[in-house]
Amino acid sequence: MTTHCAIEMTVNDKRYTGLVEPRLSLADFLRDHLGLTGTHVGCEQGICGSCTILLNGETVRSCLLFAVQAHGATIVTIEGLAAKAKSGDRLHPIQQGFLETVGFQCGFCTPGFLMTTYEFLQENPSPSEEEIRERLTGNLCRCTGYQNIVAAVQWAAERLRAR
Amino acid sequence: MAETSSRFIGRSIKPYKSKRFVTGDGTYVSDVCLPNMLHAALLRSMHAHARIGAIDVKEALAIDGVVGVWTGRDIEERISPFPESFEIHPLPWLEGVKPVLQGPRPTALAKGKVHYVGEAVAIVVAADRHRAEDAVDAIGIEYEPLPVVVDPEESLQPGATLVHDGSNNNVVFSFSIEKGNVNRALGAQPTMLRERFRHHRYCAAPLEGRGVVAWVEPKTHMLTVWSSTQMPHLVRRQIAAQLDLAEENVRVIAPDIGGGFGPKVFVYPEEILIPFLALQLGRPVKWIEDRSEHFISTAHGRDQLHDIECAFDQEGRILALRDRFLLDNGAYNPMGLTDAYNTAAHLQGPYKIPNLSVSGTCVSTNKVPNAPYRGAGRPEAVFVMERCIDMIATRLHLDPAEVRRRNFIQPQEMPYQAGILYRDGQPVCYDSGDYPETMNRALQGAGYTELRARQPELRRSGRYVGVGIACYVEGTGVGSFEGAKVRIDASGRVIITTGASSHGQGHETVFAQIAADLWGLTPEQVSVVEGDTASIPFGCGTFASRSTVTVGSAIHGASAQLKDKLLQVAAHMLEANPDDLELAGGRVSVRGLPQRAVSFSELARAAVPGWASKLPAGLAPGLEATFYFEPRTVTWANAVHVAVIEVDIEIGTIKLLDYVVAHDAGKLINPLLADGQVHGGVAQGIGAALYEELAYDENGQLLSGSFVNYLLPGSMEVPKIKIFHLESPSPLNPLGVKGLGEGGAIAPPAAIANALADALSPFAPRVNAIPLTPDLVLELLAQKEVRSEASAV
Amino acid sequence: MRRHGLDAKILAGGQSLVPLLNLRLTKPKILVDLNGVSGLDHIRETSAGLRIGAMTRQSGVERSAIVREKCPVLAEAIRHIGHLAIRHRGTIGGSLVHADPAAELPAVALALDAKFEVLGDGMARAVCADEFFIDYLTTSLRPDEILGEIIFPVLQPSSGYAVEEVARRHGDFAVAGVVAVVDLDGEGKIIGPRVALFGVAPTAVRARAVEQAMIGQQPGNELIRDAAALLRDMLDPPGDIRASSAYRKRAAAVLTVRALTKAVQLCHTRRLS
Repeated sequence: MTTHCAIEMTVNDKRYTGLVEPRLSLADFLRDHLGLTGTHVGCEQGICGSCTILLNGETVRSCLLFAVQAHGATIVTIEGLAAKAKSGDRLHPIQQGFLETVGFQCGFCTPGFLMTTYEFLQENPSPSEEEIRERLTGNLCRCTGYQNIVAAVQWAAERLRAR
Repeated sequence: MAETSSRFIGRSIKPYKSKRFVTGDGTYVSDVCLPNMLHAALLRSMHAHARIGAIDVKEALAIDGVVGVWTGRDIEERISPFPESFEIHPLPWLEGVKPVLQGPRPTALAKGKVHYVGEAVAIVVAADRHRAEDAVDAIGIEYEPLPVVVDPEESLQPGATLVHDGSNNNVVFSFSIEKGNVNRALGAQPTMLRERFRHHRYCAAPLEGRGVVAWVEPKTHMLTVWSSTQMPHLVRRQIAAQLDLAEENVRVIAPDIGGGFGPKVFVYPEEILIPFLALQLGRPVKWIEDRSEHFISTAHGRDQLHDIECAFDQEGRILALRDRFLLDNGAYNPMGLTDAYNTAAHLQGPYKIPNLSVSGTCVSTNKVPNAPYRGAGRPEAVFVMERCIDMIATRLHLDPAEVRRRNFIQPQEMPYQAGILYRDGQPVCYDSGDYPETMNRALQGAGYTELRARQPELRRSGRYVGVGIACYVEGTGVGSFEGAKVRIDASGRVIITTGASSHGQGHETVFAQIAADLWGLTPEQVSVVEGDTASIPFGCGTFASRSTVTVGSAIHGASAQLKDKLLQVAAHMLEANPDDLELAGGRVSVRGLPQRAVSFSELARAAVPGWASKLPAGLAPGLEATFYFEPRTVTWANAVHVAVIEVDIEIGTIKLLDYVVAHDAGKLINPLLADGQVHGGVAQGIGAALYEELAYDENGQLLSGSFVNYLLPGSMEVPKIKIFHLESPSPLNPLGVKGLGEGGAIAPPAAIANALADALSPFAPRVNAIPLTPDLVLELLAQKEVRSEASAV
Repeated sequence: MRRHGLDAKILAGGQSLVPLLNLRLTKPKILVDLNGVSGLDHIRETSAGLRIGAMTRQSGVERSAIVREKCPVLAEAIRHIGHLAIRHRGTIGGSLVHADPAAELPAVALALDAKFEVLGDGMARAVCADEFFIDYLTTSLRPDEILGEIIFPVLQPSSGYAVEEVARRHGDFAVAGVVAVVDLDGEGKIIGPRVALFGVAPTAVRARAVEQAMIGQQPGNELIRDAAALLRDMLDPPGDIRASSAYRKRAAAVLTVRALTKAVQLCHTRRLS
């Protein structure tokens, strides 16, 4: 139980190493070991989507992965999203979109929505409202009724297309 | 003080200081990480009702990294019990309503017996959460199971299992109110509804559960507690009282909160236990509720059963309404009468009901305690009344909108005395509003007339489209008080401090807009500080659609006092008469002589004690004023919701085609943020109407204790919501505002149930309960088949 | 696995197992992670059909051009599984071995008579789909075996197919669902109908009576309705918090009608194109 494994991974373009118990979740590793607390844990069952991150470019639930499974992986969390903006922009257009349209209230689910949106707009730069809603079903929000979140994704899509 | 100029009030300003939410820099309780911190986990009862036998902690203590285990017996001498209710019932109400109130007092850890699945039995502290949970699993505990009562009606039967030792029955609270003469009115009237309505149990389910971190500064013994609460001051009071500490040595911080919606409005065992353990161990201790714990330990909501009789005339006017209802309170009653009495006080809605009788009974069962959740008793009342109105319309073959028109209180009747007491002890008096116009706006927004015209054709083509209306009024901005401290610092900024903290509502922005207009500044020149008991001595909290009303008014009051002082200081410095001065752009100047001016910053640096002081004689140092606004009674917001749905009658699914809200919360400070509150409320109401349910089996085991089975609506379930604002200013506060945080959640169950009854009207369904699951829809359709078969025989 | 037996569990994508671990509902002493094992992640077209490695991610299968062309019903079914972030980790083999009766993939495997290549102690054996699913969350895999690959038959280009389900919310586990595949002969008569249901029994089930009633018949509303009505005597679904037994029974019949109707329509369209 107490054997520890050495792991290393690249998170937000920085290389990290760690010595972890095999049962430690990736979400807990990011939060408690690396101090990247922007990734939130809302259910530990993969339902709410608050802990969504990018693992090797794909969205995954970091609560359903063990840290040891991410050994050698490249990860992007909410803290690394701004760096994906065009150089000179302090925030990524998706972040700007959520601010512009007020696509958040309490902010707890917001990082997960941003990561989902990041992957989505790369795949589908001109989504319809229906397509946006469909993709966002994997993330739960209890505050906004999704109204302004859908608008935020539309805002960001438009801004990204204009680049 | 001069009239407020509305440069910022009323504008859709985007929230300030919110960048942290999109960069991952928000700080929630679970993000608080202190050196040397320990982690706690709780052993919770797996039984709904059982006597606790021997508890064996040996194996748990042997686990590497485990620091200790505490049981009910270990703490009984050291942590005093909770009060039977956190709600303070005002004397005029107690005298007017004469309720029976007899609640048990919970302890932080169960002692003797457990009363519901999820009740805390023991707490473990270890080096990390994994080990703490390992130790919880290793605790050996003997239970002697006792009979379980889960049905509130059974709970009332003579001889029913008693949830609490030493009680005579399972009633924790009951009351009756009456106006007019209901018996006579019901007896005289042949046209009558007799119905039973059930509004089921569901919960707030904020995405961040509860969580507590406590830390004792080793040299000063100052206790600092971070808690995901709506009520930092109440938590501080309770910690001090139950752990026998001086309040001045306890500081409670509510940092960023991942949603509240009601259940974080009182104090939970962990909020006492974690500080207790931090004091015992001299190390920081953290406990974060996980989702499974949340469902069995954080308060649930609603859960009412109504039996009504309603008499009406041939024009559809309601003549009398009698409602006897039960509230399934679960095992404890943390918030007293709040929900039940809110139900009674809001039952009449925007209608003239000449004869009314309501009696409410709250009963104990072996379930999670029930407490306010967004709307707090109002969605239940609105479900009852709005279904009644639609049933009357069906009986009389009238349009449901028309029946509402015939019963509405008219705008010229404002202020309207509704003939009963509010829970603040004052008579219910609707202060302003134009209910017919609110409905007109909602109906227009939904294209009601066109929808009605299209309905027959849609039905012929096999499409079951229904429209449902629900109207409500809401008492908002309840007391007993909220305070604001307004201060001008040496940089010339205005700093607002209040005890009501934000958990997504956008206080920072709204209060800055109010203060900016009062002080002739821009909102960027105002700072808002909240969620910290160290910053203001008294605070109530954020709940009950109250912050804009109470804090806004307190900012107004404190600003008036401070401005008076500021002008005296400025007059002294400028050698002018205070009456000749004016405020603009962070400066005080002599009217007509803008160059003769002094800045807020200079004034703040002048209003100090000591050698640098430039104060006039007799004036105390400091540019600071605190005002506690104590509203005499509530302001009454109103709204009308219209839901348009389509039913797949083969598989019973319901699709929301359209959702429209016309909403009147008085003067709006920030329409953009107001919309957000309505959106979120409606989404939660949609969840209540269609998806969310906390169901128990006969053993008191919760069947929907995770997000797998407790279904929060997602982005495909919540349609685009159209909102229309009306603004009938309240005469009860200087800003003319009313509250709106809860409103959105109040009407959707009623509106959607009415839409379902309308869609299925060829089948004459009795839509008397929610959630409207596909299962229930098919059952409603089957009733018709059974009825028509019976009539064929 | 041979050494640890029932103390050990295989970890594939983890989208069903890890929630149970997080809730401490299952507490295996050993977890054997297949994610590092090579040779289990592939999609190959062979004469026997599409051979898909058990550790192939669901999103990979869903997006695979070859799957979309040769076995489009499989891609269609996967789109109904959870959400994309789940399908990025969730594997095709993991879902089949988990054998949740409400899951789509076991029903697809049953409907298509997929073959399961099972790897044991130096041995491999083939198991056909109707012998693979034994009971609720139970397969015929022995404790020391793992699933290596699954062989899905290639559908005719003219085949029509549909996946219909009722879920309480978009992306939820189905309350009830149907996978249907049909083909039409030169005279427009039904050949090779396949109907499998999920969410209505302890395992996914093949509705052979419904299939039998349709073979060689001209498709039409009445035929389909009558065939689906045969489910009434066939099913005794479980009831739970999501839906009653009666509801599931009724929904299964309605969905079967819808799925078959859609499949036949698609057949017509594909034959024309």
